[in-house]
Amino acid sequence: MTSFTVGIVVFPGSNCDRDVAWALEGCLDIKTKFLWHESSDLNDIDSIVLPGGFSYGDYLRCGAIARFSPLINALHDFVKSGRRVLGICNGFQILTESGFLPGALVANKNLNFICNDVDLNVITSKGGWFQKSDEKQTIKLPIAHGEGRYHCDQDTLKRLIDNDLIALKYKTNPNGSTSDIAGITNEKGNVLGLMPHPERACDESIGGIDGLYTLKSLMT
Amino acid sequence: MDKFEVKVFIRLRPSVLDPAGEAIKSASSKLGVQGITSLRIGKMIEVKIEGNKEEDVKEKIDLLCDRLFANTVIEDYEYSIKKL
Repeated sequence: MTSFTVGIVVFPGSNCDRDVAWALEGCLDIKTKFLWHESSDLNDIDSIVLPGGFSYGDYLRCGAIARFSPLINALHDFVKSGRRVLGICNGFQILTESGFLPGALVANKNLNFICNDVDLNVITSKGGWFQKSDEKQTIKLPIAHGEGRYHCDQDTLKRLIDNDLIALKYKTNPNGSTSDIAGITNEKGNVLGLMPHPERACDESIGGIDGLYTLKSLMT
Repeated sequence: MDKFEVKVFIRLRPSVLDPAGEAIKSASSKLGVQGITSLRIGKMIEVKIEGNKEEDVKEKIDLLCDRLFANTVIEDYEYSIKKL
């Protein structure tokens, strides 16, 4: 029997792929495998992370070109099988562009690239991505994005609320996102997209461990 | 086979805030140009494409706009076609 393996997708322009591997392997002892975006064989893969970065240089729109890679094509069956997919930052943008998650990520309201630790409220227990799930639970994770303002229309927002799909909200909205949204899940709960970087909060020596649980839950 | 030139205009939907447009609006008034009530930034994509008739080209451009050039969650598009 092979051990549980998390696939980390590498696009041209990904730059958080090794951080994710470091957090999973070094902090959690979870086996990882880098998956070049042109591969589509996901048979040995148990969960997938779409890491942050600037896939295809963010040309046209963030994540717009990555969605046409063979791997993203294969991701449809992967998600249908119930296996878990975590999209971080640019990975979240790719998940919305590819239609796995509703809405879109657009330029921050203040046009700044924001690189900061933010406090977040955990909203949903769907998918079990966070340790406790009530609005009183606050976690602190770093964000680093120029285009992280989550946008959706009112109908979509209502659907997110009614179906309990909002995963994280900013306590203090840094980028102007609709309803303070920082992360959402799909209806089944096996796909999570979020702008904050859990992989950068997995060791006390670099500022916190609030991201550990989310990465660990890839093994759920 | 005829040749066509297509100009595709992509705009943020009116409901989506355009902070870069706001920044340029503010710079415009600093340049001394008054009276601008709205300024929004879009994209223009020029495509040269071959096809037997305009209808075929339209079909291809519609596909490109819907699936690649624009994200219809946040953007609207329109285009013009000229036979070369």
